[in-house]
Amino acid sequence: MPDALPDALLTLAGVHTHIAQYHILQGVDLTVPRGGLTMLLGRNGAGKTTTMRTIMGLWHASAGSVTLDGRDITAAQTPDISRLGVAYVPENMAIFAGLTVRENLVLAARSGPLADDRLDWIFGLFPALKKFWALPAGNLSGGQKQMLAIARAVVEPRDLILIDEPTKGLAPAIVQALIEAVNELKATDTTILMVEQNFHMARMVGDTVAVMDDGRVVHAGAMAELAADDALQTRLLGLSMDSHQ
Amino acid sequence: MSDTSNPAAPAAIAPPPLAERLAAQLPYWIVPAMVVVGLALIGDLPAWGTLTLAGLAMGMMIFVMASGLTLVFGLMDVLNFGHGAFISVGAFVGASVMLALGGWMTAPSLWLNLAAVVAAILTAMAVTGGLGYAFERVIVRPVYGAHLKQILVTMGGLIVAEELIHLIWGPNEIPLTRPLALRGAWVFGEVAIEKYRVLAVALGAIIFLALRWALVRTKLGLLIRAGVENAEMVEALGYRVRMLFILVFVAGSALAGLGGVMWGLYEELITAQMGLNVLILVFIVVIIGGLGSVEGCFVGALMVGLMANYTGYLAPKLALGSNILLMVIVLMWRPRGLLPVGKG
Repeated sequence: MPDALPDALLTLAGVHTHIAQYHILQGVDLTVPRGGLTMLLGRNGAGKTTTMRTIMGLWHASAGSVTLDGRDITAAQTPDISRLGVAYVPENMAIFAGLTVRENLVLAARSGPLADDRLDWIFGLFPALKKFWALPAGNLSGGQKQMLAIARAVVEPRDLILIDEPTKGLAPAIVQALIEAVNELKATDTTILMVEQNFHMARMVGDTVAVMDDGRVVHAGAMAELAADDALQTRLLGLSMDSHQ
Repeated sequence: MSDTSNPAAPAAIAPPPLAERLAAQLPYWIVPAMVVVGLALIGDLPAWGTLTLAGLAMGMMIFVMASGLTLVFGLMDVLNFGHGAFISVGAFVGASVMLALGGWMTAPSLWLNLAAVVAAILTAMAVTGGLGYAFERVIVRPVYGAHLKQILVTMGGLIVAEELIHLIWGPNEIPLTRPLALRGAWVFGEVAIEKYRVLAVALGAIIFLALRWALVRTKLGLLIRAGVENAEMVEALGYRVRMLFILVFVAGSALAGLGGVMWGLYEELITAQMGLNVLILVFIVVIIGGLGSVEGCFVGALMVGLMANYTGYLAPKLALGSNILLMVIVLMWRPRGLLPVGKG
């Protein structure tokens, strides 16, 4: 089990998650330091998305504990976890296609009307959202939908943002824009836990990294350390980051 | 990051091709098209006018009964066959109030007549709303996510409700006379406009507009629409979908009660089985419209109402199965219904 670091915002200790008869997470130990971006890497089926969903309370851990800022949220319901300041951008983005861009953001702004200065900041990150403000979100392109999904997570300040594979299926130019946006988010001291398969993105934005395999975290450390070690990358991920740009 | 430097800054989205835009609008043109085709086939203007008004009135009443059910379907994937119970109970409660206010019903005053109907409607909605709350907690809640069990227990709930109606109001059907001001028809030339049908159309239109306004203009409405698309994501945004669902279930039950009162006054006869009988049409409307779509439900209800009345006049032998045929045709054209809600 990981030590409870004084600057850890989120800690998973020995987390097991079952989905029906399948034992997906088999003792995940993970620490997410406050104020940085922790990258969760691993092969397909390693348990990354299940880890995110377990943190968010969408699936409940059958054993172990999830602690957010010192508070045990293992058995908490999803809305309660959200209200503790956790935002979630799922793998499929889950934007509300029948609602406009504005309506998607209005719903995400739980505490009241959209704040103008916050909106201006979001439009700075994602200008497309301003352009298509009144358009049904279902009409946006894949990249724009991803921008909206992230904007929804940051429309109000949050303590922790969980982002699951934001670059999935996106063109390189859009990925670059997302990297810039994530770096701007990081500059606000927001803590981010991100699942990613795009190693270029992972290396560009990650501060710390955890690599999962077979439902466990098999490596944790600094991203720079992993990025510099081809042999370690190949052992943990099956290929080196340089071969996957 | 600025507009010009951001590589993700998109070019303006090109409008979809004309054919695609027309196809998207097509469901809204079906009802006017049916009315025009109806005129061509019937040929007789007074008969067509009477049938069209009857069809629209019937459609509006079915919409009122179905609107709650479609949201319950869409929001929580619950197959509630017990919805018919709220229709029957609403009719019986409303009838009891109107019978108790017999003096107002027969008074030569439009306002007293309307007051009696409004009192009946409000009482019926309050009772069926409360019944809906209990039904959701006791019968529906234990079977979330299990469709087969939902069918069995909600159907069981419907049967129990019918028996309770027999117990409280007796086994016989109850004749229900309309208030004095709503009897008869206005006659323009050879066209007779039945007064009650005009009221039913107006009430249905008001409820549709109010529902639409609430769904589009209020945050609660946004939450319901978002919940129909992706309930899990609504929870992840910090809202309790369960509370939302109870609210929709209660509102839907109350609307079914209102529909029951309207249907009872339309048929001028109420029975414990009336909810089950109408439920078939209600389900057809919900399926034709697209699960969870209030607009689709509205269009589908008008189509069903017009179809039933036109075929009843043109080909009475076909009338019984005409709406099943309509559903088959619609689903072959649009398998997810006329105006489906995009599920996230």
